Formats: sequence, C-alpha cells, structure tokens
Amino acid sequence: MSVDMATAGISMAGAQEFIWREADMLDRLDYREWLKLWTAEGEYIVPIERDVDDHAGALNILHDDAEMREARVKRLLSGFSMSSAPPARTVRTVSRFVMLKTAPERVKLRCAMHIVEYKYDRTRLLAADVTYRLNVTPGGIALDRKIVQLVNSDDAQFGIGYLL
Amino acid sequence: MTEDYAALVRDDRVHTMLYRDPAIFDDEMERIFKQAWIWVGHDSELPGANSFKTAHVGRQPVIVTRDKAGAVHVLLNRCRHRAASVCERKKGKASVFVCPYHGWSYDVDGGLRKVPFADGYREPVDKADHSLIALRTECYNGMIFATFDDAIMPLAEWLGPARKWIDLFMKQGAGFGVKTLGEHRFRFPGNWKIQLENTTDAYHFPIVHKTFLSSLDEDTENLMDVLGQGGWVEDLGNGHSVMVMIPDLIDLEENLDAPIPDRFAALAAELAAEGHDDDQVRRIVRAVGGSGFNLNLFPNVACSMAFFRVLRPVAVNETEIQHIAIGMDGGPEAANRARLRLHEHFQGPMGFGTPDDAEGWERVQRGAAAGDALWVMLNRGVDAPDGRPEPGHEAGDVSAETGMRAAYQMWKRMMTA
Ligand code: FES
Ligand SMILES: [Fe+2]
Repeated sequence: MSVDMATAGISMAGAQEFIWREADMLDRLDYREWLKLWTAEGEYIVPIERDVDDHAGALNILHDDAEMREARVKRLLSGFSMSSAPPARTVRTVSRFVMLKTAPERVKLRCAMHIVEYKYDRTRLLAADVTYRLNVTPGGIALDRKIVQLVNSDDAQFGIGYLL
Repeated sequence: MTEDYAALVRDDRVHTMLYRDPAIFDDEMERIFKQAWIWVGHDSELPGANSFKTAHVGRQPVIVTRDKAGAVHVLLNRCRHRAASVCERKKGKASVFVCPYHGWSYDVDGGLRKVPFADGYREPVDKADHSLIALRTECYNGMIFATFDDAIMPLAEWLGPARKWIDLFMKQGAGFGVKTLGEHRFRFPGNWKIQLENTTDAYHFPIVHKTFLSSLDEDTENLMDVLGQGGWVEDLGNGHSVMVMIPDLIDLEENLDAPIPDRFAALAAELAAEGHDDDQVRRIVRAVGGSGFNLNLFPNVACSMAFFRVLRPVAVNETEIQHIAIGMDGGPEAANRARLRLHEHFQGPMGFGTPDDAEGWERVQRGAAAGDALWVMLNRGVDAPDGRPEPGHEAGDVSAETGMRAAYQMWKRMMTA
C-alpha cells in the first residue's frame, strides 16, 4: 500500500499510515496479520541498554528474526500462556514522526509511542522511541526493522504479555 | 517479638501471613537481610581497578567497588555529611566518588578524601570517622556477598555443601571463566519468598511453561521435560538447596563425546571453522546449553541453569528480580551470542517464560489476600528420606517441595533467633 510512485519511494504520509495501521493491529491482537507486514529478513528488537549499535552482541528484552516472531505470535495466541490469556488491554498512540533517511527503496524514521495498558485493576503507562526501517516491496511497504527503545529500558519492567 | 514466628512455619506448610503481613516483612529485613550473607555481584561485573556497580543489601543501597589492589568493597551509598546518595549509576569506572550536594569526596575503599571549605568547621573533620560505611565482604568462586552482621560465620561455612554446586555451575565458563553479559530486570507485585520458592519448583514447569516448551525443537523439548529425567531436590543446609532437573547436565566436563544436539550443529560448525579443535568445540557447545540444575542460595540468589537469578525485596508485596546472563570470559563470540539468544528466549519481561512466572507469582499474592487462617502447602515429597532421592520412591522426585521446606526452616531459625 501507499508506495508513492511519483517520488519512487515512501512518503511521510505513507509511512505514517502504515505505522498507524500496525499500531491498530497490535492493540487488536491481530498478530497473524502483523506477521505479514514484515520482510523475511526483518528484525524486531527491544533493547535494554541505550546507545547500543551491535544489538546482536548485547542482551535485549527481545531480539527476533522471522522464526522467533512466528514462535512468539503462536505463543501469545495459544491460550496457554497465563500472562497473555488474556493479556493486558492496550491503547497506543504513535506520533512525533521524524524522517531520518530516505532512499528510493527504503526509509528510516523515528517516532514516539505511548502505550496505556490495563489488567488486574491497574493501569500502567509505557513510553518509547521507536525507529522504523520500511522497505519498498512489490506488495507495498514492508517492515524491515523495528527498534523499540523504552524510556526506562535499563530499569525494571513488569511482565509484558503483548507486542510492543 | 511481635509474633510467634515458630508457630507460622511447620514442617510441611507455612502460614499465609508470611506473604502479606508488613510487620513480618519489616522483621525479615532486620533478622534475615541484615544477618545473612547477601549476594551483591559477580567478579566479572567489576572488571579492573576503580570499577563499581550499585546494588542493594536488603532495603539498603550499596556501591560495590574494586580498588587498585583488586580488593572488593561494599559501601553504603550514603554520604556521611547529610545523607545524599553518592552514586546513582548502575555500573562504571570511578577513582573517586564525589557527593553532589556539598562536594565531600570518597576513595573507592570508602575513605573520606576531601571536605570543601574545610575551615568552616572549628575542628577539622575527622576523616577516619567519616568514611562511607563498609560492610563485611567475602567472595566464593566469583560470587561476591556482603553482610551487616560482623559476627556471622565465614561465607565458605555459610555456603557449606552448596560450594560444590557453585563450582559445577561455573563450568559454564568452559575453561575461559564466567562473565556476566547483561541483565533483565523486572518486578512483580508480590512477596519475595514467592520468587524464592519458584527457583526450586519443578512442579510448575510443564504447566506454566507449556508455551515455552512447545516453541522448542523436539529434542530440546524432550530434554526440558524436567519431571521425566530422574531428577531430585536436596536440602544443602542453611536454607540452600539444589534441584537437579537434568542429571546428565550436572557436570559439563563429562560426556563430552556424546553427539552434539541438532540445535547446536550450526554453532559447532562455526566454532570449528574458527579453528577450535574438536575437543574444544564439544566443551564449548556443551557449556553453552547451561547446567542441568538450579542452586537456590538463601535468601537472595540462585545459580539457575544458565544465569544468576537475584531477588530484592522492595515491600511486603513488591519484589524486584534480575536475571543476569552469563557467558565465557574471552570465549568465542559466536558462543556468547548463542547464549544471549537462548537467554532472551526464556528470560526477561518479554521472554517466553518469565512473564508467565511473574503472572503466576502475582496470582499467589492476590489469592493470599483471601483466608486468614489458611496455610500454604509445601508437603509435596515430604515422605522422602532426608530430602534425598531414593530409586522407586516417588516422593523424592524433582517436583518435591524439599527446597522450599529447607528455605522456610532457615527462615524460622533466623526469625526466632
Ligand atoms: S550531603 Fe554529601 S556533601 Fe553534603
Ligand atoms: Fe518458571
């Protein structure tokens, strides 16, 4: 969707629309559709430390390739994981988009994400800087890398039974 | 004594109030966390002179430092002037700690170095009398412990037979030595003893971790069938216990000629291509998979299969946990990377295992709000002789609650001392 053929690339508006659609999918737990947004080599990363370049050489909260994403979604939807059956309800907003790099075949952008989650009579707030790398593919825009840097990533978290 | 603590712990059960009474929690902080050896770090977290990390001993914040001579100090993180914390970083290098409030500065061994505008005091500030408070500190095989109790037995004696298991656990260094690689930190709204119990609870594994198990290849899933491997639990004294889940993986330097599991075939090939000979490859690969047991050290640390699990009591119903990943110090990068991915797979706030554990523990705390005269049952395997396995004696299997009973007997001893 929304590959702007006129500029032979991905526009800010196209990228935003894609990212909002993704956010909506995640809040609705539409994880199987979410898997289809990715390129085969796509990397989904939630780091612990800040300012790390070599994520593969560091411990992360999550560092998924396609196989791990697939396994994760299977787990979250299985109904047998106590923390995700049901998970906390979430409502997320994504905003403050900044285009970092544009090329004909891909763009890189950063944005802010706020998630409000609710479970067990408790409401919690999570905030993150999210960096996206989006590729132009024959089928439209595809997610090639997503790095979710939680504002308190190097501090204690609570269990997170859904996708960020 | 505010309560008759002896009456709250029986041989096969403990009273629900142990999870929810804030007065008991306050007493625990005095009688257990100030009178036991508390784990504060691993040697590799202090790489070289002037390195430090921050930690807690019970509720009290401390700085763990290494001086130029290599000695480790555990210092209360509180300025001797008017109490400001002198260090708010998790780890790093520093040759001096300067209090940000009025600039008193301290050496890495805690000694007071300088007081700004010192002539404002009629008598010079007595430096020897205003050092950062140092706790008694001892180490065993890389594990650093501190205590507020100057009269406590030496660490080696406190650990007793647990030392053998620490030595076995450290074989994961595969000859390189063990090094911490990073840590997951998370909290759950529940009592610290719920987490302490869990490290010696094989019973929950196939139930709570069903989705982890089904994410594994078939061989690994069979290996992780922890109730079916002939394992057992042993009381090691002083509240410590070991739960052997995979007897074949007790000693990582044995059985080195066993076939390399499929899941490590690519790693083995990568190591061989890097020039490691066959013996080394086998030793490294076997170490990457981790040990087959959980060693639970009362009250705050466990050597749990392939990582350190550290608990910190925050409040009667709040506990913070660290899962510290370990690898080989100077070992092959490919092997350490494999360990990181294995750690992320199960551990941490978004692992395939930890969030379900945390949810289970929270459910215990929520449920414990009900029933004022009810007990938490720990009688599984109570008929096993001496908490040891005996062939054909089902009660002594790995799902026995022997380790929990051991911990609560120590709890009782310390709380009634
Ligand atoms: S409180 Fe530290 S110098 Fe005053
Ligand atoms: Fe568990």
